[in-house]
Amino acid sequence: MMTEILLVGGILIKILVIVVVLLLAVAYLTFLERKVVGYIQTRIGPNRVGPYGLLQPIADVLKLLNKELIIPRESNQFLFIIAPMISIGTAIAAWAVIPFDKIQVLANVNAGILYLFALSSLGVYGVLIAGWASNSKYAMFGALRAAAQSISYEIGMGFALVGVMMAAGSLNLQTIIHAQAGGFWHWYWLPLMPLFLSYWICGIAETNRLPFDVAEGESELVAGFHVEYSGTAFALFFLAEYTNMILISAIIAILFFGGWLSPFEGIPGLQPLFAWVPGLVWFLLKMSFFIFCYLWFRGTFPRYRYDQIMRLGWKILIPVTLVWIIVIGLAVQWHLPPWFA
Amino acid sequence: MQRLIEILKSFALWDLLQGLQLTGRYLFRGKTTIQYPEEKTPTSPRFRGLHALRRYPNGEERCIACKLCEAVCPALAITIESEPRLDGSRRTTLYEIDMFKCVYCGFCEEACPVDSIVLTSFADYHIENRGENIFPKEKLLAIGDQYEPLIAKDRKEEAPYR
Repeated sequence: MMTEILLVGGILIKILVIVVVLLLAVAYLTFLERKVVGYIQTRIGPNRVGPYGLLQPIADVLKLLNKELIIPRESNQFLFIIAPMISIGTAIAAWAVIPFDKIQVLANVNAGILYLFALSSLGVYGVLIAGWASNSKYAMFGALRAAAQSISYEIGMGFALVGVMMAAGSLNLQTIIHAQAGGFWHWYWLPLMPLFLSYWICGIAETNRLPFDVAEGESELVAGFHVEYSGTAFALFFLAEYTNMILISAIIAILFFGGWLSPFEGIPGLQPLFAWVPGLVWFLLKMSFFIFCYLWFRGTFPRYRYDQIMRLGWKILIPVTLVWIIVIGLAVQWHLPPWFA
Repeated sequence: MQRLIEILKSFALWDLLQGLQLTGRYLFRGKTTIQYPEEKTPTSPRFRGLHALRRYPNGEERCIACKLCEAVCPALAITIESEPRLDGSRRTTLYEIDMFKCVYCGFCEEACPVDSIVLTSFADYHIENRGENIFPKEKLLAIGDQYEPLIAKDRKEEAPYR
């Protein structure tokens, strides 16, 4: 009995640590985004609250929590309330299977990749339900676009994941990371380059980030699916979007860039030199790079037109991933060195 | 061949990389932000901002209640009433500018024969209560007293062009 209590307690503490760190990271990601986009536009971004503006996200959170939560009279109130919960719930729950280091993983599920795919797809229901329940034309259009976009890009995303599964021969994330052992050139980004790029693009589309943010394109749909949301409910959508950004970055780091593996593995001089660095640091560094790319893309690319998004999803990403699945199949079958030997 | 190169380029995301390179360069470039309350952009001596009434160096107010500014004001923002003072000179008893009506055209300054009403280079003022938008004579004179060196400097710089 005692051991069970300790076990559950330990898991709860782990969950708490992950969620708290994640939410803090999200808060500061919003700050980083404003800074990076500002710097790209030769502005300096927020710098008034606290030293270098570092307390800005806290001020933002306090402001959002203090605002009135308005529920439109003509909306479906139950769904209206539950939609942001679905968004944030799926975004945070997906972190359960993310391996942070050799043993540091909350749930080492044997079908982790499937779980991740399922939860990242479920997230779109939050958007859909929010748009429908709001009973507003802008929100409705945002939801429709989000639904169409997600369905189109989930196929490409799924195929990209299939390639990784075939290459690693497993659905377990730790096994996938171990299969990439051997240094920078052994990671899957190189043999799975087209799948990596497809997954990256699909990931950006799935999180509704620029240049694929038609679901909430403010210049067309005011704010898209969350136009009727205010205060805490809006904050939850915001949190979910940024949590998903970090999540997609983490998944890319795990599937294509060797997760917590050191990039200097197998290089004679450097491997012992960096042996003391914990895997978590490498993982966070890789993740940070992709998170930064999200912001960089936002500062660079204009929004895609709706039909261009559909064209890219159906006519380019899906064929490319399909072809490369065959290539990977052959490579695995013939044990192509050095990756599949 | 040309077509093949185009296809290869688009699959290598060539254009996107170029765009990223450009924004990446701007990321490290000097920032043009002016941090407003601490830093301000330089203003021209012709800048038309907050109004002020000036005095002569001996402390006598310049305004002689000719009402040219009131007449020329296109927004009807200026209200003047005048009476002879005890020493017999013509002076205003009421000189009010409604800052909500004012369009900062500067015609009052152009019309003034004694350079009394002027527009200073301050654009950032505020009011805190209803009714304070109507600036009375005392307030305008106080603004003039406070910024007289600056006002005089701006007029002097502009004098050759008037």
